[in-house]
Amino acid sequence: MSNSVDFSSIHWDEFPDNAGHFGVHGGCFAAETLMEAIDLLREAYFKLKGDPAFQAEFDADLKHYVGRPSPLYHAERWSRELGGAQIYLKREDLNHTGAHKINNTIGQALLAKYMGKTRIIAETGAGQHGVASATIAARLGLECVVYMGEVDVERQAPNVYRMKLLGAEVVPVTSGSKTLKDALNEAMRDWVTNVDDTFYIIGTVAGPHPYPLLVRDFQCVVGREARQQIVEQTGRMPDALVACVGGGSNAIGLFHPFLADQDVAIYGVEAAGDGLDTGRHAAPLCKGQPGVLHGNRTYLMDDDDGQIIETHSVSAGLDYPGVGPEHSWLKDIGRANYVAVTDDEALAAFHALTRIEGIIPALESSHALAYAMKLAPGLSRDQQIIVNLSGRGDKDINTVAALEGIVL
Amino acid sequence: MSRISACFERLKKEGKTALIPYIAAGDPNLSVTVPLMHKMVDSGADLIELGVPFSDPSADGPTIQASMERALEQGISLLKVLDMVKSFRQDNTHTPIILMGYLNPVEHMGYPVFAEAAASAGVDGVLTVDLPPEEADDFIRLMRAHRLDSIFLLAPTTIEERIHKIAEYGSGFLYYVSLKGVTGSNTLNVKEVEQKLRKIRNITALPLGVGFGIKDADSAAAVAQVADAIVVGSAIIRKIEASPDNTAHIMQDIGDLLTEMRAGMDGTIPAT
Repeated sequence: MSNSVDFSSIHWDEFPDNAGHFGVHGGCFAAETLMEAIDLLREAYFKLKGDPAFQAEFDADLKHYVGRPSPLYHAERWSRELGGAQIYLKREDLNHTGAHKINNTIGQALLAKYMGKTRIIAETGAGQHGVASATIAARLGLECVVYMGEVDVERQAPNVYRMKLLGAEVVPVTSGSKTLKDALNEAMRDWVTNVDDTFYIIGTVAGPHPYPLLVRDFQCVVGREARQQIVEQTGRMPDALVACVGGGSNAIGLFHPFLADQDVAIYGVEAAGDGLDTGRHAAPLCKGQPGVLHGNRTYLMDDDDGQIIETHSVSAGLDYPGVGPEHSWLKDIGRANYVAVTDDEALAAFHALTRIEGIIPALESSHALAYAMKLAPGLSRDQQIIVNLSGRGDKDINTVAALEGIVL
Repeated sequence: MSRISACFERLKKEGKTALIPYIAAGDPNLSVTVPLMHKMVDSGADLIELGVPFSDPSADGPTIQASMERALEQGISLLKVLDMVKSFRQDNTHTPIILMGYLNPVEHMGYPVFAEAAASAGVDGVLTVDLPPEEADDFIRLMRAHRLDSIFLLAPTTIEERIHKIAEYGSGFLYYVSLKGVTGSNTLNVKEVEQKLRKIRNITALPLGVGFGIKDADSAAAVAQVADAIVVGSAIIRKIEASPDNTAHIMQDIGDLLTEMRAGMDGTIPAT
């Protein structure tokens, strides 16, 4: 890796600072109407973070309810076909509810319980976070309202039905671009209005401090497990990590426990949509610039007037104009590389993994797989890459079928 | 003394509560905004809050969001809002103008460029909804350097420690959000507002504006008894919503609403 920053001198756990900053990114840019709720959340979290009973309950839920640890699977046949590095898949798709999202919702729902909240709200794009929130709400007997952009409600119909089966109310959001960002706006409005009894479970490592921190903490189980598993299986550390980045929670979960391991290259893969040069993409780290949205400073996709622009990706979960502030910081200091793959490349990877390994990946995760397909052939056969297979693709089969002109 | 402070001093002497209407610049079209501002002044407005539309106004309710969306469709931008202020100032040099909006357009323009441009256009104060004092050091420094007031929100949930901090950062006046929730919400409890304002007045001498939930002459009159200013937004924008294609109606309806509010407020015992 060629970088001027000496990463061994960085105390990674000192980020974010007390006010939530990762360099110039992060922070707490929230309206005064939300400040008390945010302060109470921060106090509760810092108290519970070090509480052995809370941690034990979280760990037990991850083990017995989610089914952790998730396997680290050597995709031998696919690696052989690609003819380069060995690819290991972190099987978050095998978690209960089918994605990494449940790690975080369990953590936040526990926080809600400890804080005495009776109602949880969530925003969702692909529906995975909504399903994970509805799931944990069902289990804890909490009321659950999920905000989802109208466009996403249509393209993720199976997940909408799943949430309803679980007892959640799904509210279609018709404002703005009718996607994830608008669902987030609507969830914030709900939170401001019902702040006394309501806990807002944000689904990614974005939002006002302490959300990016606490979501990271809950997702780091992915990277901690992967680190141990790769060493157990191969006797050595990976050469590279690859994960898709929308808001970036699965990526941070994998990356963070490896940040101090300087020899591990890190790749976050954004959605290039129709192509980075077409303007129709969702790649703020590759093509955006820093700004303020949804409570934090971070790379954004906005126009010359600072208006947030509509993003495009075949994957609803990546269709977001911002990104978690820690990613923005990792980009600025050069610790992680941010790249992008197009819809077509992601779809090709979706089919490749399905046919070659018998695993149907989520379209979000297919972006990470597509980049691994580019990266692996350039590495030698004794090198190894961990790809975060962040979710399963069952929810996407309608989308893929429609793109191929097939009516189910 | 800033134009905002001077305005509040004058009203205090006259025993009056300030009436501050809010409109989103460019709604329903770019050409109506400046004439509408003049109309509002003629109908009893003492200050004007000019909303700078933003694509993701997450602290506002559906009425104001829809208003901002209409304005954005018309091609409004922060630069064009500043041009509108400049144009308004050609015929009115006494009514304070507060820009109210979200941080990202200002970030995109750059704080120094914005502060300079706002001051030279004739803006008097800026309220940036998603910029709390904790993140506002650089911004405030530039605002002060250009003699612009920074207006901050106070909420029913704001604890005493934060009121101190906000009062220290704010100038011109403080804007008390009288309800939990977003703009355009429903019910308003004047007693609760009064109690909270009393607490705030123990901490700061800044004038206190109250907004959220004021929609007619009665609610304006009631709140005017306890506040130094009332802010009315969604109720005005609903008039635009009602006839977006008829400028004459919009001017008439908003003028009538403000005239009624003004009468209601002036018929009451002013704040002490």
